[in-house]
Amino acid sequence: MRVYIIRRLLLIIPTVLLTSIIIFITIRLIPGSIIDIMVEQFGAYAKVDRAAVENELGLNVPIYIQYGRWVGVVPQADGKISGVMEGNLGDSLWHGTPVISEIESSWPVTFELAVLGLIISQAIALPIGIYSSIRQDTWGDYVARTFAILCIAVPGFWLGTMIVVFPSIWWGYSPPITLIPFIANPIGNLKMFIIPAIVLGMSMAGISMRMTRTMMLEVLRQDYIRTAWAKGLRERVVVMRHALRNALIPVITIIGMQVPVMVGGEVIIENIFNLPGMGRLITTATLDRDYTIVSGTMLVFGIVMVLINLLVDLTYGYLDPRVNYK
Amino acid sequence: MKDNSLKRKTERKRRSGMINLLARLLKEKPLGTVGLLITLLLLLAGVFANFIAPYGMNAVGAGPSLSAPSIHFWLGTDNLGRDLLSRIIYGARISVIVGLIGAAISVVLSTIIGILSAYIGGAFDLIMQRIVDAWMCIPPLILMMVLISMVGPGMWQVIIVMGLSFGITGSRIVRSSTISMKANMYLEASRALGCSNTRILTKHILPNIMSTIIILFSTLVPTMILTEASLSFLGFGIAPPAPSWGGMLTGSARNYMFMAPWLVIWPGVALSIVVYGVNVFGDALRDLLDPRLMGGVGRYGVKIKKGDTVKSKLAARSDG
Repeated sequence: MRVYIIRRLLLIIPTVLLTSIIIFITIRLIPGSIIDIMVEQFGAYAKVDRAAVENELGLNVPIYIQYGRWVGVVPQADGKISGVMEGNLGDSLWHGTPVISEIESSWPVTFELAVLGLIISQAIALPIGIYSSIRQDTWGDYVARTFAILCIAVPGFWLGTMIVVFPSIWWGYSPPITLIPFIANPIGNLKMFIIPAIVLGMSMAGISMRMTRTMMLEVLRQDYIRTAWAKGLRERVVVMRHALRNALIPVITIIGMQVPVMVGGEVIIENIFNLPGMGRLITTATLDRDYTIVSGTMLVFGIVMVLINLLVDLTYGYLDPRVNYK
Repeated sequence: MKDNSLKRKTERKRRSGMINLLARLLKEKPLGTVGLLITLLLLLAGVFANFIAPYGMNAVGAGPSLSAPSIHFWLGTDNLGRDLLSRIIYGARISVIVGLIGAAISVVLSTIIGILSAYIGGAFDLIMQRIVDAWMCIPPLILMMVLISMVGPGMWQVIIVMGLSFGITGSRIVRSSTISMKANMYLEASRALGCSNTRILTKHILPNIMSTIIILFSTLVPTMILTEASLSFLGFGIAPPAPSWGGMLTGSARNYMFMAPWLVIWPGVALSIVVYGVNVFGDALRDLLDPRLMGGVGRYGVKIKKGDTVKSKLAARSDG
C-alpha cells in the first residue's frame, strides 16, 4: 500500500510539469495576426502598442527561456525571478491587475458551485442507478434509463436558459444578482446557488446513473452475490453490504474523470446565471484575448485537476485491496 | 440428394451480418429503434434541408419580426423575420457534419495514438500516456475555447479543434483494447512466421479492436454535437448567421428571449431530441455488439411470490 501511495505521489511531478508545458505552448502559439487584433481592440484603451504587448507576453526571447521565466526558475528581463513558483501568475494584459488577485476573488464561487453540483448529482444518480440495476428491464428501469439519457442529452445551457426565462415570464421572478457570501448568510447564499447547482448536477447525474447501473449489473452477476442470496439474506443486505461496495469503486473513478467536464459545465452555468466565478473570468478573458489571465486560470484548473485525480486514485487504492498486487 | 437438402438447410439460416443486426435491433430493443428513427430523421433533415425547409437558411424579412408560431411560420420568427423552423432544419445539417466528421477525425486520431502507444510500448508508451494524462487534466471546454480564440471561429476550425481534443482523450480506450489484444498467442505465432509489424497491425489487431472503435465512434457523435452547441453558445463556435442550434440560443436571441421565448425553446428541443436519439441508438448498438452482456449467469430480478421458496426460484434460475 505504501509503495502504491509513494508511486502515485511521485507521479504528480511529471503530470503537473507536462500540464504546465501544454498550457504554456497553447498560449504561446498565438499567431502574429492575433496580436495585431489585440492591439487594435485594446491598444488605445490600455495605451500599449505591439512592442509592449510582446514584451508583456515575453515573446521576444526563445521559447524555453519564456517557459523558464513563466515557471519562475529563470530571471525576468529585469533580473528578478518571479514566476509561478513564487506565486506570481502575471498581470492582466489590459487592466494590469495581478492574475492572482482575480483568481482569489473568483474561486470561492466556482468551488461552492462545484461542491453543490457534485452533491446534488450523486444524490440523484446513486439511488436511481441502484434501483435501475436491481429492477432491470422493468418499467421502472426503462423510466430511469430514459431519465438518465435525458439528463445527458438536454444541454445545460438550454436548461439554464429555460429556468431563467420562464419564471420571469410566468411570475416576474428574476434571480438574485448580488453575491451573498456563505459565511455571512448561508440561506441567502444557498438560495442563489441552488438552481445553478441543480442544473449543473443534472448533466453529471446522467453519466453517473448509467455507470452505477452498469457496474451494479456486473457485480450482481457474480457468484458471491448468488451465495449471499442463497444464504437467505434480505435483498437490502445483499445489495447494500455486498454489491454496492464493489460496484461503487469504479464509479468513484468515473466521478474523478468527470470533474474536468464539470468545469466546462460550470463555465456555461456561470455565464448564464451571471455568477462571478472563475468560469466567467476565463470566458471574458478569452473573449478579450487577455492571455495572461487565461494561462493563469488554466494553470490553476490544471493543478486542481491533478490533485483531484490524486485523491481519487488514493481513495481507489484504499477501497480496492487488489491494487497492491498489481 | 442428401447433399442438396443439407445445402438448403445451411443456406436458409445464413443472413447478412448487417440485416441480422437490424433485425435484432427491431425485435429486442424498442428504445434503440426509436433512436435509429431519430438518427435517420436527423440525417434526412441534414442532407435534404434545401427541399424540406419552407424558407431559406438566412431569409431575412421572410415574415414579421418576432412573430409567434402561426400557420405560416410553424415555430415563429426571430428578430430579423427569419423563419425559425427553416433555421432549425438547416441547423440539422451543421449538427450532422460536425457530429460525423468530428467523431471520425477524433476516432482516427485515437486509433493511431492508442495502437502505436500500446504496440510500441516501453518508453514511448510511458511518455505518451503521461502526455495524455496531462492533457486530460485540463478542462476540455476551456482548452477548446482558448484554441478557437486563436484560430478564429468557423465550422472547420471547430471540427478540427474538437477532433484533436477528443482524439487525445479517446486514445486511452483504444490503447487498453490493443493491450488486451497484444497478449494473444497467435500474434507471437505470426511474428515467428515472419509477419512484418505493419501486417500484424492491419491484419490482426485492427479488425479485432474494430468493435471498440465503433463503440467509441457511437459515443463521440452526440458528444460532438453537444460540445459544438456549447462552444457556439459561448461565442467560440460557429459564428452567426450560420444556424448552429447552440448559437441560436445566444447573441441577439438573449435580448429578445423574454418577449419571444420560442426563439430559445425550439433549438434546445431539437438538440435534446437529437442527442437523445443518437445516444439511445448507440446504446442499443453497444448492447447488441457486446458479447459480455449476452446471456450471463441469470437475471437478478427474482420476484418472490407467496408460496415460492428461494430454493425453487434458484432451481428455475440456474436452468435459464
